[in-house]
Amino acid sequence: MSITLPPAGGPPVTLGLPEEEIHGVSLWRGAFRRVRRNPSAIAGAIIVAVFVLVAVFAPLLTPYAPGSAEWSGQVTPTSVPGPSADHWLGLDRFGSDMWTQMVYGARQSLVYGVVSTAIGLIVGATLGLVAGGFGAVGGRFGQSVDTFIMRCVDVMLSIPSLLLAVSIAAVLGQNAYSVMIAIGAAQVPIFARLLRGSMLSQGRSDYVLAAGALGLRKKRIVVSHVVPNSVGPTIVQATLNLATAIIEVAALSYLGLGASDPAIAEWGRMLVAAQDRFDVAPRLAILPGVAIAITALGFTLFGEALREALDPRTRR
Amino acid sequence: MLRFVLRRLVQLVPVLVGLSLLLFIWVRALPGDPARALLGEKATPEGLARVTEAYGFDEPVLQQYVTYVTALLHGDFGNSIQTGQPVTESFLEKFPATIELGCAALLLAVVVGVPLGYLAARHQGRPLDTLVVSGSLLGVVTPVFFLAILLKLVFADTLHWLPTALRQDPRIDATHITNFYVLDGILTQEWDAAWDAIVHLVLPAVALATIPLAIIVRITRASVAEVMNEDYVRTAEAKGLASSTISRRHVLRNALLPVVTTIGLQAGLLFAGAVLTETVFAFNGIGQYLFEAIGRRDYPVLQGFILFIAIVYSLINLVVDVSYGVIDPRVRAG
Repeated sequence: MSITLPPAGGPPVTLGLPEEEIHGVSLWRGAFRRVRRNPSAIAGAIIVAVFVLVAVFAPLLTPYAPGSAEWSGQVTPTSVPGPSADHWLGLDRFGSDMWTQMVYGARQSLVYGVVSTAIGLIVGATLGLVAGGFGAVGGRFGQSVDTFIMRCVDVMLSIPSLLLAVSIAAVLGQNAYSVMIAIGAAQVPIFARLLRGSMLSQGRSDYVLAAGALGLRKKRIVVSHVVPNSVGPTIVQATLNLATAIIEVAALSYLGLGASDPAIAEWGRMLVAAQDRFDVAPRLAILPGVAIAITALGFTLFGEALREALDPRTRR
Repeated sequence: MLRFVLRRLVQLVPVLVGLSLLLFIWVRALPGDPARALLGEKATPEGLARVTEAYGFDEPVLQQYVTYVTALLHGDFGNSIQTGQPVTESFLEKFPATIELGCAALLLAVVVGVPLGYLAARHQGRPLDTLVVSGSLLGVVTPVFFLAILLKLVFADTLHWLPTALRQDPRIDATHITNFYVLDGILTQEWDAAWDAIVHLVLPAVALATIPLAIIVRITRASVAEVMNEDYVRTAEAKGLASSTISRRHVLRNALLPVVTTIGLQAGLLFAGAVLTETVFAFNGIGQYLFEAIGRRDYPVLQGFILFIAIVYSLINLVVDVSYGVIDPRVRAG
């Protein structure tokens, strides 16, 4: 379809331009195209996709159960059986199949990462939207709500995030939920700040003023205009935070705060167990460590590429 | 200028109050009776009674908070459940170790990171730049403790080039005045002790430095690249100034602003990283002590140490804020 100018005493003139040059490209479609062309973004996306697929289809990828320690008889203090036909990555020091451990470990990391980031996102975004909403509206009450919420966020930010997660996990006990809540809580301040900043800066922007001038009610402006514009940066932040969450889950396990059930495979715990057999079987430490790093890398690459793609300054 | 500093200090107060409140609630959030939760397995009727009296658990909550804050202001952060040692004392005893490690790591990160970032920006798009960017990305995503374990296992346990653990060889009879081992060695002119302390710092500092290094490289690179596109640099080039003069007088000075702020903010990462790194290397600082306290659920120590760390971190941020105001006059006004 091309543009048609109104006839002024002649046949309609079409400029013959493609649709998008005339109507513009939506933010997301444009971003998607730019991400597609970016090699590091593609690499990141592939890593993320592989990770998610492995995590989701774990039971299909291995016939064994995690943490079974079935072959512990084959493990001696000086040797841990390496890769073989039955055990693609060999055994670990407790006698479980290493490939199974790695695959189910991916599943653990995905679950932990997604749930904790979701907790951080939901709680943090709500706080940020409320603070920003009240702050943008103004007035003494609005300002004080904003300031109060932000001071609470500052308090949480005054403790380095890993230590915050550690203290929460130490209180809540040694199970999966405490890990997810702890890491989620550590991410709340980041999202809160992000959303509040977004609300405040958009409150001053022209289109909000225009919408107000047109007579739209404040609630309508916020819901239909401001919030959708905040979605982009939030998704970018969530992706980057997911990378951090995966590392922090492993760190908490290393410090002895993760779930202690041996049937749950987790990369961080595998690293702890692998330390004293390093001279005998270095792969026991290298595999989970590299897995953590590559997964976090994937999410980071993708998140950064997404941020660049959504940045209005670099769009045409 | 003074007003700026005072304003920042005043803003710090509600944060510290909030922190004390948070940590106050934190101990009482433990499942069950706080006294029993504190003592854990070591709970005896006398012990319970003693803890209840000492912490005032049978008093009304508001009264407890007042007692708690009063104690804090007197420097009394409670005592370790395990050893009975006052938390403040053990913190001050072990803090110098972590400061030494943190400073060594930060020094490494800055000395290596800033030039690397600068070079990457100058040679943008070329192989060096790509290498530096990829390397820094890897540095950010590799977990600190994984790197620490690898370094230790390769360089210490296998190659024996560097020591495996601890801050100093126990066989060296070193005098310790300040608990900063390197400084102590220099002050007492026991050069072998000082050198030994430095050697023990190498691996942990390298492991700890990785993330700050990566971040500093990226920020420096981005900042230098941005400044190099500024008009005043183009003017300087048009004036015919030598490349090195332009770099020194115009580019670096302005590019280093965000870098300086970042350096200050790394303190938080360094604390968190220190807990993990010190654990791997049995480096006797607050990180390792915190790890042990976590293991035995020594809540007074956990609570006190986290409060201390948060206070130190807030003060460091304050200093960074103020220094930013010193360097950039525009910040002072706003």
